[in-house]
This record gives sequence, structure tokens and C-alpha cells, in this order.
Amino acid sequence: MDLSLFLQQLLNGISLGSLYALIAIGYTMVYGIIRLINFAHGDILMVSTYFAYFGISVYALPWWLSVIIAILLTALLGILIDLGAYRPVRHAPRISALITAIGVSFLLENLGLVVFGGRPKAFYRPDFLDKTYELGGVHVFSLSIWVPLVTALLLALVFLLLYRTRVGAAMRAVAKDMEMVQLMGIDVNRVISLTFAVGSALAAAGGIMWAMKYPQINPLMGILPGLKAFVAAVIGGIGNIHGAVLGGLLLGTTEILLVAFLPSLAGYRDAFAFVLLILILLFRPTGLAGKDTIG
Amino acid sequence: MSDRHRREWIYKLCTYGAIVGLFAFFLQVQNQADEYQIRILNVSAIFVTLAVSYNLINGVAGQFSLGPNAFMAVGAYTTALLTLSPAEKELSFIIEPIIWPLSVLHLPFLPSLLIGGAFAALLGFIMAFPVFRVRGDYLAIVTLGFGEVIRVVANNVQSITNGPLGLKGLSEYTNLWWSWGVAVFTVFCVTRLVKSSFGRAMQAIREDEVAAAAMGINVFRHKMLAFVVHAFFAGMAGGLMAHLITTISPTLFSFFLTFNLLVIIVIGGLGSMTGSIIAAIIITHAGEWLRAVEEPMAIGPFNIPGIPGMRMVVFSIMLILVMIFARQGLMGRREFSWEWFCGFLKIGKRRG
Repeated sequence: MDLSLFLQQLLNGISLGSLYALIAIGYTMVYGIIRLINFAHGDILMVSTYFAYFGISVYALPWWLSVIIAILLTALLGILIDLGAYRPVRHAPRISALITAIGVSFLLENLGLVVFGGRPKAFYRPDFLDKTYELGGVHVFSLSIWVPLVTALLLALVFLLLYRTRVGAAMRAVAKDMEMVQLMGIDVNRVISLTFAVGSALAAAGGIMWAMKYPQINPLMGILPGLKAFVAAVIGGIGNIHGAVLGGLLLGTTEILLVAFLPSLAGYRDAFAFVLLILILLFRPTGLAGKDTIG
Repeated sequence: MSDRHRREWIYKLCTYGAIVGLFAFFLQVQNQADEYQIRILNVSAIFVTLAVSYNLINGVAGQFSLGPNAFMAVGAYTTALLTLSPAEKELSFIIEPIIWPLSVLHLPFLPSLLIGGAFAALLGFIMAFPVFRVRGDYLAIVTLGFGEVIRVVANNVQSITNGPLGLKGLSEYTNLWWSWGVAVFTVFCVTRLVKSSFGRAMQAIREDEVAAAAMGINVFRHKMLAFVVHAFFAGMAGGLMAHLITTISPTLFSFFLTFNLLVIIVIGGLGSMTGSIIAAIIITHAGEWLRAVEEPMAIGPFNIPGIPGMRMVVFSIMLILVMIFARQGLMGRREFSWEWFCGFLKIGKRRG
């Protein structure tokens, strides 16, 4: 095996994997707190890329400002979805909540088709992300370096929030025992809203980097990253943030390496994640990292 | 003959009468209605078949599967590959020639349809082993995963499925007799199954798996039975659909189909076959009516542009609203019975 080619593909894999990880954290945090698979997570990601697109291409704002606004708006969208759709079914059977989430997912996709149109739109890619370096025979695309870096930064922020602030402590407590936390005088609904906000914001960051990577967006683009990030969350043990990061990196890297070194299987790339999911659930249902709580 | 026996005998006659009436109605329709209306009726029948069998696993057995599109795909491809003549198959497989036994097989519609159902059932049987090791929302995700895997496989094994090109030029075998024949047959089989001891065991598993197991019910075997029966009828419905629209490709069997089915059984009421039948017919027709929303309209001096995609928005909102405000759906878990019907019409009531 050619070492430089391997390193190059490994970097691509880590880059893709860190995107999965960012998106997976949103799934895992929401699941850890209210035991709901937020089916609409991938579609929230899609909406965020359109927010950024409108900022950059329609209102001609600087790209970094558009990205920040898009992330904030997406966090707000996450809170609104929780308020409008998930809170009313919070005490219903879990399957009802899941069906609601599937409904929200299809609603976002089809509203996207109605409002934004089905034709893919070109997404802006800043110049510094559009360069290729050569380091000792390894061709490195600058975006592939920036994505893991930004991911690491955001992860550090999430861990700061969870372990160094009072709301973070409240979030971890709600994940452990919601009723007890209510007795302690913590407003559970606010904590859940905050969880949705953080999860959606991370999905927005991941989605915008995803859009810069490919560089185009369409209303159905969220489905695949959403499903794969969910698989990553399950691989890591859903409800566990370290696990989500681990699962995302693992899934991204294996996927890229598989395609790079076994090209005959490239067509099966999208099935790979699910085969992995089925195997994990069969042999290690709690995921690689195990444990069913946030943190 | 006791009063009770006579009553049951009369109800049975009513059922057969209703079925004969239904088909007499179709005879009339076939002569008078236009092609479009007949097509909607065919689609309704296919969705009745699908919804009733899907409700068996989701509503009655309480195992939330999201994979009927996988079974439909298998049924549709199997049936289509059997009914296409060897010459037609040679023509459509341009990129890679079709593999041997399939290249020469050629069967009439009914055996093809049954074999399509059987293959789907076989897939259900194999899937049951991994799938029922998990529960609840995990089960939903795993079955969804299987649906995606089947679609990706159909895209890639070109010597069997012709890849993304799909199969074209199928004969339009599906007519009202076939589609509604299969629908009535499905309803008959599934309702009999639900009323049998097997069906009661499935309901017991839905209500409390541990308690059911404690009562000596083999939980896995009953879940598998529901799953395999569901797969069989979904496969047949897939075959019918393939021979109604005459072209199939992997994109047809995406999660989108499952979503439509989910809307139907949720609105009809999870666990009520009557609800599924009513909802399948209503949703199919509503989908056609809502086409009006997607087309440009002129109301007086105003021109309202059409909004393509609006139908799915409406269905998604309906699904969410039903979940929030009317979780029981139209029928809850109630079923139609002649007893209720007579009570409703206030005929044949017992004195005192």
C-alpha cells in the first residue's frame, strides 16, 4: 500500500468523520435527555445551509457573518421544533414521539422543496478553504485540515459547557433522572430547549462545512448525513458524547478507506453504514463506549 | 339453530354479499369510468393491501418496522423478472447481461406474483433473526437500514436488477380484479390471523412482552410470524404496483413509500384494520385531490401559481397533528362489525 496515498485518504476520512461526529453529538444529546431519535436532525442541518446560503448569496453579507447568523437561527429553529412538535408528545409512548419526529423530518424536507425549490444551489467556499498543499508527496486539501480543527474547537466548547457551567451540570442531571431534577427546582423544559439549541447549532456548523465541501446544497441533502451521523451515534453508544465523536471518526475513516482501497465496493458505500449499524446492535447493543447517559 | 348461530350466519352472508357487491361495482366502473379513475382505484387497492399487512406488524404486534419498502422492492423485482419474456430481458439489460436462470424464466402473472410474495417473505424470515434482537426505536432504525441496504443492492447488482436503469416495459397486468382480489384476500387472511390465537398472542406481546413470555408465548416466533406475513403481502403489493406503473427502478422503493404507509396506518389507527382500509382509500384519493393545490389556479382576477410538493407538506403536517391531538387515529383499535352496523342503523335489535 502506498503510504502517502494512505495518509491522504486517512486525512479525508478524519475530515468526513469529524463532520459525522459534529452531527452525531446533536442526536446523542437529545436522545440522552428525552430518549427521542430526532429524525429531523439531518433536515435541520439542511435548513441551516440555506440560512447561510441566503446570507451569503442573497443578502451579500460577509461569509463569516452569514455563518454565525445561520448557526444562531438554526439553534432557534431547534428550540421551535421542540416547542411545537416534541413537547406536546413528551409524555406519550416513545413510538408516538418517533412518528412525530419522522413527520417533522418530512415536513422540513418538503417545505424546503416548496420554499427553496428542488434545484441544487451552488454554495460559497471561502478562498482559504479552496487550496491544495503538497507535503512530502501528500496532497492536502485545506478544507480537510480546517474541518477537524473547527470540530475540535467546537467539541472543546461543548465539553466546557457540559462540565464547567451550571446549565451543563443541569443537562447531565436531566439525562440521569428527569423527575428528580424537577424536584430540585430546575426548569426541565428550559434545559431541554437548550439541548436542542446546542445540538442544532452543532448540526448547523457541520452542515455548513458539509456544504462547503461539496459545494452545493439541495432540500434533500440532510437525509444521508443525518442517517449516517445517527449510525455513528449508535456505534459510539447513544447518549454518550465521547462515543459519538469516536463513532463518527470511525465511520468516516472506514468509509473513505473502504472506497479508496476497495473501489469495487464503492457502489455499496451508503449501505456500509447500515451494515455496520446492524452488526453493532447485534453484538454490542450499547455501542462501543457503552453507557446510556450524557457525558 | 339458536338465535346466536342464526345471527352469525346472517353476518357471514352480509360479508359475502358486500364482497360480491364490491366486485359488481367494479364491473360497472370498468365499463363506465375513465382510465384515470380506474387507476386511482387500483392504487387504492394496492395501498389497502400494504396498509393492512403493515398494520399487522406495527399495530397488532406492536413492532415498529420501517422497512416495508424493502419487501415491496423484492416483490416487485421478482415478479417483474418472471413476467418479462426472455427477449425483452435481453433487450433491457444493456450494461451487463442478465444471469442465467433469470434469463430464460418466463411465467404467467399469478405464479409470478405469488413467487414475488414468497421471496419477500423469505427476506422477512431472514431479517427477523437480527431485527427482533432489538426493540422499540432501535428496531425502527434497523428495519429502515435494511430498506436502504436493499435499495443500494438493487442499484448495484446490475446482472439481476439492471441497476439504476431499472426494468421497463412490463405488461400492464394489474387491473381492478387483480388489485382488489389481492386486497380482499389480504384483508381476509390478516383479519382471520388477528382473531386467531396467534393474533391474540401478538397483541399480548404488544401490550407487555415480559408478561406474554411469562404466559408461555414464544415471543420471537410470533413476532416473526407477523413480520413474514407482512412481508409476503407487501411483496405481492410490490408486484401489483410494478405491473400497474410498468416501470420500476430502485428510486421508487425509497423511504418515501414507507412514510406514506406510516401516514395511512397512523391516521387509520394503529391496530385497526378497518381504519387502515378507510385511511388507505382516503389518503390515495386525497393525494389526487391535492394535486389541485400544486397546479396553477385562477380565482377571479388573481392567478395563484401552483405549489409543487405541497401534498407532502400537507401529509406531514397531518401526521404531526394526529400524533399530538388524536393519537388514536380514525378508528383507534376498533373494527367494523355487522353487529355494530346493525346497531348503528337500529335494525334487528333484540327485544328487552
